[in-house]
Amino acid sequence: MAVDRRSILKALAGSAVAAAATSGRALAAVERKKVPAEAVGLLYDATRCIGCKACVVACREANDLPADPGPFQDRIYQAPIDLNDRTKNIIKLYKDADTVSYMKVQCMHCVDPACASACMLGALSKDKLGIVSWDGSRCVGCRYCQMACPFNIPKFEWRARNPKIVKCELCRHLLAKGGIPACAKACPREAVLFGKRVELLADAKRRIADHPGRYVPKVYGESDAGGTQVLYLSAVPFEKLGLPDLGDAPVPEAARLIQHGVYKGFIAPAALYAILGTVVFRNRRQALAEETPAGDAAGTRESLP
Amino acid sequence: MNSHAQPIGGTILTKPFRALLLIFAVAAGVIAWRFWAGIGPVSGLSDGYPWGIWIAFDVVTGTALACGGYAVALLVYILNRGRYHPLVRPAILTSALGYTIAGLSLAVDVGRPWNFWRVPIFVWQWNFDSALLEVALCIMSYIGVLWIEVSPAVFERLQDTPWAPVRRVASVITRVLDKVLVWIIALGLLLPTMHQSSLGTLMILTGRKLHPLWQTPLLPLLFLISCVVMGYGAVVFESLLSSAAFRRPRETRMLGSLSTTMVVVLFLFLGARLLDLTWRGAWMRIPGSAGYGLLLSVELAMFLAPALMLLSKERRTDPGHLFRAGMLMMLAGALYRFDSVLVAFNPGKGWSYFPTVPEMMITLGLVALEIMAYIVLVKTFPILRGIAPARADAGHS
Repeated sequence: MAVDRRSILKALAGSAVAAAATSGRALAAVERKKVPAEAVGLLYDATRCIGCKACVVACREANDLPADPGPFQDRIYQAPIDLNDRTKNIIKLYKDADTVSYMKVQCMHCVDPACASACMLGALSKDKLGIVSWDGSRCVGCRYCQMACPFNIPKFEWRARNPKIVKCELCRHLLAKGGIPACAKACPREAVLFGKRVELLADAKRRIADHPGRYVPKVYGESDAGGTQVLYLSAVPFEKLGLPDLGDAPVPEAARLIQHGVYKGFIAPAALYAILGTVVFRNRRQALAEETPAGDAAGTRESLP
Repeated sequence: MNSHAQPIGGTILTKPFRALLLIFAVAAGVIAWRFWAGIGPVSGLSDGYPWGIWIAFDVVTGTALACGGYAVALLVYILNRGRYHPLVRPAILTSALGYTIAGLSLAVDVGRPWNFWRVPIFVWQWNFDSALLEVALCIMSYIGVLWIEVSPAVFERLQDTPWAPVRRVASVITRVLDKVLVWIIALGLLLPTMHQSSLGTLMILTGRKLHPLWQTPLLPLLFLISCVVMGYGAVVFESLLSSAAFRRPRETRMLGSLSTTMVVVLFLFLGARLLDLTWRGAWMRIPGSAGYGLLLSVELAMFLAPALMLLSKERRTDPGHLFRAGMLMMLAGALYRFDSVLVAFNPGKGWSYFPTVPEMMITLGLVALEIMAYIVLVKTFPILRGIAPARADAGHS
């Protein structure tokens, strides 16, 4: 007999409560990602940078990237104005009435990267050293990583027939051979340092302590957006250099709580499916009974959607 | 009840159909160009705005407009309102077409579509963080489910062929389908619940790039309700339009009584949206948010208008009035989704996006393809209700 609407709503409400309960448990279960034990990174000290762009050229050479004359297509020198599919590292200039500062832009190698969280098959992932790199065999080219990255780092080859995602991978090919990232190696002023993240962070804090008043008293990346492996020191507020105030929560956290909450162990969807199936089954049987009391073959056929 | 459905018949290559064919042919050319030259030269997309109308319109809005099948199935199979049954078949067909078109659009939009087959197969690579993975898997399965749900119409038609073996096979398949159909229908209810909400979850990951009037943990819920709003709107729209276009009896009475449900769903959306804006204190962000406050009020007004329109009992059965309300529901949901994915998305200074003409041509061509497929299918297979509607109207109310 008839399943009245109230019992169905009750069942649905019950499954909603169950889903909420699982998500509550998941809230506790989703832990913040920790900095990898062997994490490496860069420390960029904007106050030491003289804007020579040796790092930009060195990056291009080390990564076999084609020349990029930027908007000045008739020039023969390198003049990209922003990161793009041919430029993984760039030096920008910030200038206002009384301050001038350079700014180095490349992948931040987040402790909990939004790009990797977005990626369907994990084409973007973090390795043992915490370097975020791209694996083309797993990439569909959906560009959700670009939507997700709060620093707008991953770039897409818009003019390619088989486009790749282009971003700084901390010269992992050089690290594998015992080298260091080209930008850090090229810097004549030690404005770009490569090393273990713990050591770079300690160094950055020492610099702030040793030179009171020289820096904004904060190491950007220590905890921002859950922490990054590229750290910044600056005399100018970081927001002016293009480093957004993201808070300390990792960018993927909010979505992860929902995804893992609702879909934990696939229990909630499975339960919902069982309920839906049962309700549909009972409702259809009832509808059939009302329509053709005999329930003959013709009646069966008529009931198809 | 369904076999009151009949093929419409008649010629397929009418003048409007040929016009659609032409639009699609142009689009096919543009698609070829896109695969030859890459996405950049064809579209207005950039590293700042990597998702444009192909995602915001074709996928995020298009699949929700194609939620008529979901919305009506909820009503018929879960709330047990059997009298709406004649609406199911055409709604499921439009859904199947809408989702298939969204799938095609994705194939044009993604940069490396030849890697797509890995997504459902390489289970060990699945990233359970990714709402997009869930959306992709659900949409792929749902396209299959929808076509299975459409298939009884095809087999029903094949049972009338003069060719005996085909008839036999068709009737066997029909019987098998009838056995498993409950679970297919249930899957057809589960999958949209999952991916339509997850389409909203997608934007949560964009964090502060999405304007605070739109960025909320409630995105999945709002997306889910909005797809039901748009689904009902689309059912009304499609039903009245196809009765006019194919000169068939209107289902006004049925649609009229459906309005009560629509009003409830509309207020559910408005309630959730307003509570969320208040709870997060997002109203405070309106001053100084340029046009976004205005955009929000337009959105809210467009949800409120059809709700008020359908409250009036007398006017509910007026086809013109219903049609306008249905259109408004589709547009309201479309605007909300379009804003959430594109208009309220701001990657930072220096980036801008507006679709190029070729980009719009592809979208237009895919819509033309969808309409052509609809015309061919309803003319060939028993999808729309037959000429004698009086009985069904009196149905089980």
